Amino acid sequence: MIKDEVTSNHRQSMAEYLSPLARSIKPSGIRRFFDLVSTRKDVITLGVGEPDFVTPWHVRDAAVYALEKGKTQYTSNAGMPELREAIGQYLNDSFAVSYNPANEVLVTVGGSEAIDLALRALISPGDEILIPEPCYISYSPITTLSGGKAVGIETFAKDNFKLKAESLRAAITPKSKVLILCYPSNPTGGIMTYEDWLPIAKVVEENDLIVISDEIYAELTYGAKHVSFAAIPGMKDRTLLVSGFSKAFAMTGWRMGYACGHQDLIGAMLKIHQYTVMCAPIMAQYAALEALTPHGLEEKDRMMESYNQRRRLVVKGFREIGLECHEPEGAFYAFPSIVSTGLTSEQFAQRLLEEGNVAAVPGDVFGLGGEGHLRCSYATSVAQLTEALDRIGQFVRKLNQG
Amino acid sequence: MNELQLKVLELLKEDARRDADLIAAMLNEPVESVKQAIAYMEEEHIIVKYATVVNWSKVDDEKVTALIEVQITPERGRGFEGIAERIYLYPEVKSVYLMSGAYDLLVEIEGKNLKEVASFVSNKLSPIDKVLSTKTNFILKKYKQDGIIFEEHEGDHRLMISP
Repeated sequence: MIKDEVTSNHRQSMAEYLSPLARSIKPSGIRRFFDLVSTRKDVITLGVGEPDFVTPWHVRDAAVYALEKGKTQYTSNAGMPELREAIGQYLNDSFAVSYNPANEVLVTVGGSEAIDLALRALISPGDEILIPEPCYISYSPITTLSGGKAVGIETFAKDNFKLKAESLRAAITPKSKVLILCYPSNPTGGIMTYEDWLPIAKVVEENDLIVISDEIYAELTYGAKHVSFAAIPGMKDRTLLVSGFSKAFAMTGWRMGYACGHQDLIGAMLKIHQYTVMCAPIMAQYAALEALTPHGLEEKDRMMESYNQRRRLVVKGFREIGLECHEPEGAFYAFPSIVSTGLTSEQFAQRLLEEGNVAAVPGDVFGLGGEGHLRCSYATSVAQLTEALDRIGQFVRKLNQG
Repeated sequence: MNELQLKVLELLKEDARRDADLIAAMLNEPVESVKQAIAYMEEEHIIVKYATVVNWSKVDDEKVTALIEVQITPERGRGFEGIAERIYLYPEVKSVYLMSGAYDLLVEIEGKNLKEVASFVSNKLSPIDKVLSTKTNFILKKYKQDGIIFEEHEGDHRLMISP
């Protein structure tokens, strides 16, 4: 059931105690859909934003071992030095960006905390934060909470949901301060290549923007290799690279993220971090350390290959059903268009759930440009995907006949 | 073996019932190439058989399996081959491996019950000329076979919808 937690609570008077800011934040559209899905049985879900792999055993084992050895204390606020060292080395090897583990790397509680810290450290009241959409649902509310104003920039299927310099330029005002990037993209699967980045970097430079680059899906690209925005000439110092272990290493529940950037920004974030969470959990840090060993990286590559196989299957499936689907080159989402059915995203998703027993997330919850699309995670078994595609095919045929 | 054949093989190893259409879609290759790769591997006996992995403990019978360590004297000119063949031709024998270490052959035997296996070892296996000794180990429970875990131990605990 959909409940407005503020008004349905028997202590109705509590609402007036809440800050206007907290009250102004809308619950996520995903939440509403989640409640709808939870009431049903025999649903195949393509709505899950996390890997279907359990964290590889040797990584879990490393955390168990850490516990056995009595590793139950705080670590240094910024994270264990050996983990920051390993992260620095890994980023250098994988994406050719180099950071000093001593003062340019901060281990956080998931990538989400890193984004929160960064926005709190950067935003002055009234600053405008530029957010290409459709995008992950947290950026805009966190911006609001930090006193900033979120400014969406629409991206389009015809551009494979890449950010275009013209669109960015058109959204800039004298108050623009930060650009939040998330490529490979949740929910579209879009990526940005080196050539795609160059004109963006130019606009960033000209307008003196700071960039928060959420690269949590960096490892999950299937054609061109991921190019970090921090690796674009001249961009390193104005970019905060945010990433973590959740997606590529199948470690969502561990809440292990990190941020890398200029020591002044990392320093300010560290201050907030030490007052709010102290440090990321130590056993999770030991697990992350294990994930970055050669054995852990091998597991990561194996999982990537498996996502790629399923990605091809799903994209081909949607196209055969007759739903337009741009080629998702990263993350683990396909973002087909359902415009041809004449339904809105919400209608399509709701009816697909009720009539086809398949759950997927309506695109409009991801902001501008999301309407008319459906986010389908292919991080689920081949058997389930095949069955889901069958059901979606039947549902769409029924719509077309009706 | 080329790369395509290897990839097809890996996908079939995960699930032998996948057809060429599905595999072609997963690898982004023409269906025809996948069919050819499969045909080639079948012909070359790279793919020997499409068998089912069964958890026999869920089937109500008394079937028992034993792993038998066998020491043998190799034959001049043929090494272990001749004796291995004499052993693996018995239908009770499910697998035979030539081993390094303290013994020479590891022989997997399946029987309807304990007595049948014991009788096979004493009446068929041990009397073979060149067999020096046998050591029978009965399997009590299979946890994992060919990379496949038998008991469902880790379900999907993810939320149905997450951002």
